[in-house]
Amino acid sequence: MAAVHDHDVAHAHDHHPSGMMRWMMTTNHKDIGTMYLWFSFIMFLTGGVMALTIRAELFQPGLQIVNPEFFNQLTTMHGLIMIFGAIMPAFVGFANWQIPMMIGAPDMAFARMNNWSFWLLPPAALLLLSSFFVPGGAPAGGWTIYPPLSVQMGMGMDMAIFAIHIMGASSIMGSINIITTILNMRAPGMTLMKMPMFVWTWLITAYLLVLVMPVLAGAVTMLLTDRNFGTNFFNAAGGGDPVMFQHIFWFFGHPEVYIMILPAFGIVSEVIPTFARKPLFGYSSMVYATASIAILSCIVWAHHMFTAGMPVTGQLFFMYATMLIAVPTGVKVFNWTATMWRGSMTFETPMLFAIGFIFLFTLGGFSGVICAVVPIDIQVQDTYYVIAHFHYVLVSGALFGIFSGAYYWLPKWTGHMYDETLGKVHFWLTMIFFNLTFFVQHFLGLAGMPRRIPDYALQFADFNMISSIGAFGFGLSQLLFLYVVLKCIRGGAKAPAKTWEGGKTLEWTLPSPAPYHSFETPPVVR
Amino acid sequence: MRPVTHCGILELLARTVISNQVGGNMSSKAAASIVGMMAIALYSGLGMAAADPYQLNLPEPQTIIARQIYDQHTMLLWICLAIFIGVFGVMFYSVLKHRKSVGYKAANFHHSTTVEIIWTIIPFFILVGMAFPATKTIIAMKDTSSPDITIKTTGYQWKWGYDYLTGEGEGISFLSNLATPRAQIENASPKEENYLLEVDNPVVVPVGKKVRIIITANDVLHAWWVPALGVKQDAIPGYIRDAWFTIDKPGTYRGQCAELCGKDHGFMPIVVEAVEPEKYTQWVAEQKSKSAAAVVDVSKEFTMDELKAEGEKVYAANCVACHQANGKGIPGTFAALDGSKVATGPKAGHIDIVMNGKTGTAMAAFKHLSDVQIAAVVTYERNAWGNAAGDVVQPSEINEFRK
Repeated sequence: MAAVHDHDVAHAHDHHPSGMMRWMMTTNHKDIGTMYLWFSFIMFLTGGVMALTIRAELFQPGLQIVNPEFFNQLTTMHGLIMIFGAIMPAFVGFANWQIPMMIGAPDMAFARMNNWSFWLLPPAALLLLSSFFVPGGAPAGGWTIYPPLSVQMGMGMDMAIFAIHIMGASSIMGSINIITTILNMRAPGMTLMKMPMFVWTWLITAYLLVLVMPVLAGAVTMLLTDRNFGTNFFNAAGGGDPVMFQHIFWFFGHPEVYIMILPAFGIVSEVIPTFARKPLFGYSSMVYATASIAILSCIVWAHHMFTAGMPVTGQLFFMYATMLIAVPTGVKVFNWTATMWRGSMTFETPMLFAIGFIFLFTLGGFSGVICAVVPIDIQVQDTYYVIAHFHYVLVSGALFGIFSGAYYWLPKWTGHMYDETLGKVHFWLTMIFFNLTFFVQHFLGLAGMPRRIPDYALQFADFNMISSIGAFGFGLSQLLFLYVVLKCIRGGAKAPAKTWEGGKTLEWTLPSPAPYHSFETPPVVR
Repeated sequence: MRPVTHCGILELLARTVISNQVGGNMSSKAAASIVGMMAIALYSGLGMAAADPYQLNLPEPQTIIARQIYDQHTMLLWICLAIFIGVFGVMFYSVLKHRKSVGYKAANFHHSTTVEIIWTIIPFFILVGMAFPATKTIIAMKDTSSPDITIKTTGYQWKWGYDYLTGEGEGISFLSNLATPRAQIENASPKEENYLLEVDNPVVVPVGKKVRIIITANDVLHAWWVPALGVKQDAIPGYIRDAWFTIDKPGTYRGQCAELCGKDHGFMPIVVEAVEPEKYTQWVAEQKSKSAAAVVDVSKEFTMDELKAEGEKVYAANCVACHQANGKGIPGTFAALDGSKVATGPKAGHIDIVMNGKTGTAMAAFKHLSDVQIAAVVTYERNAWGNAAGDVVQPSEINEFRK
């Protein structure tokens, strides 16, 4: 880089291919971040259509719209698409856009690999989605693809396995890139303990990803050979053990839920101080809490399997370890509250989503503690209670975090202010319909409605109808978000460099929109 | 059709008060329903009551374990509610008062080690308080020793099989299928009260006796779950798990399969009928005489018509879910039998696949059916729809095949 003259650098802004090739060949972290975010939104709508089909079928008792096989394909694909297609890529999109700007780096460490990590995703998604059109249809064994059921599936299952392999490879490359960028490319003076919280949460998330994605790859590969090459890893008749799959899967699966929530913690930890105009309370305890959650997340996997049967000591260990996670999570909630305390708050859309996040995520945390207690979990495992629980942490957790971050940084990305009124309308519609959809599901689960069923007993009819109405309201409200984003890209009030009065991180020192190449000369952090 | 009763919050309050008066042990549930009611009033504002369709809580517990679960859940709800009020009381006070629009100036504090240590330690002790009773219950749940009756249940796609192994009733064995007519599921006739929660042969157990239930599966994972008994245990092919319950009072307790097991996962309910011990003895006697009457000499020769008639019944109970009534299966998912190579080819291959299943597909082994049943269903399949193999499979051939 030293050989490049200033003159060339000034012109570098214009020297990139245009049209499709710009996006195919780009190594620019902002372009790649944008592609991740659009990809994620498209997947969000795709998975959303599946969710609405599910809710339409469940609107009334009896089979009306889809048959049971297709229903199972929808629940499975909804889960896979939302997790691997929508939530994870959205956070990687944020990481691409924001990490270099927040640590004062010019780009990601491995720019070409960054391009490759993204471009693996669309083919993987196509592979996964096209499984609907092969004989036997898409995988229908639930997103957890437990054998032996998943061994019974048609070739759609093999396609899903390959898609998971590709997406896993993409995640691992993305994570290596993020770790390297954060560890090597921080601006002079930015020690680890001066990094913005969002960067910290992503650093920890990236380590988790590198740790567990290969484990998932191993599990699905064993499934693949059991299905096609006569191995018996998970077949009891051949000396294998179906429960072993569950152990391996959840060794990936539980850290995975923290992979989906930690970056949201990071976003909220940026947004709350900005709009409270007050520094984040307990920064170092936030860092330690995040790290503790990540470490604990690796030793609690079997709480997903309390009904699979395990020795009493196993159940006790996993119950205690799981309950322990409530401690660092509680610290986070208390710290956010203390950050708001005696601040000078304003309530723009990012702040509304951040407060909505804390409020509803905490409810999801409560139901999480309830699920952690083995005897109660015996009752609620595999019921709508669990559905309600994880949608409280993944929709009003991860997704609200994503919305908060999107509104927060849209002015920086586009150079325009978004429509504040519409943003607030989007928040309130989302908030109301989300609760309408999922709060009643707690009651359904307690009363005894199992999950993944296309039809149900009459006593569950009314809450299901309410939930379906909420779901359609929720789904349609998201089109408003699309409209707000498009409107913001196309125009609107000019956003100043420091869009938010309380913004303290480095990206607010850059003009809005952020130039194509930023921080070619690193800023100095005192 | 559906028993919909829209009543108001007031009625719910009345019900709560009534249930408070019924007995001292009801108070915890009343408390839970108040919590639930507050929650629903807060969140949906729809003003619904806790009549059956709006059941907000776990079902009325019928065993000691279910009772403990119920009470622990109620306790946890109260603790969560207290924390909720504490945390969000502070937060919403702050949201109301500490806002720029009312001219509040931001303070600049950013940490306090003392406070941070306090709010790390207090939750820890709250959790210990929650874990203590749970630990005792877990240990009690696992104690399946010295049962009065042991019943093995096997999950099949998509029904449950029961074998009474020890204790009174030893030797009784039957399958338990969904009894709801197809027409109700397809909305062709009105749905009745126990829609999807009714079976042809319920599990009958005596009250006051410790029943150990051994759980396994034949094909894929299932889970045996009856909420009122506080029992849920996955059924795992090739592995055995167990659980226990002692039911306090007679009644019919309904549950469902709780682990995704394929197409008809939602259609394999569990019904447990708890009866007085004398009635149980009576039931056992009936079952024994029924099975004695059903014993057939395997060497007996049947006619084609007899086998086809019996085979059609066996087919309807075991095969129709996948292969369909018209024998055409579901293209791409479940193989057709009408015109298939197996059903029109040599008998031996056909018998083999019925008895041993086909690995890597949804076709399970049906060895557990009787010789007569297998002979009948194979004969039926070879001579139904467009198939006209014309041959008859006798029970003796199946018996021979087993050896």
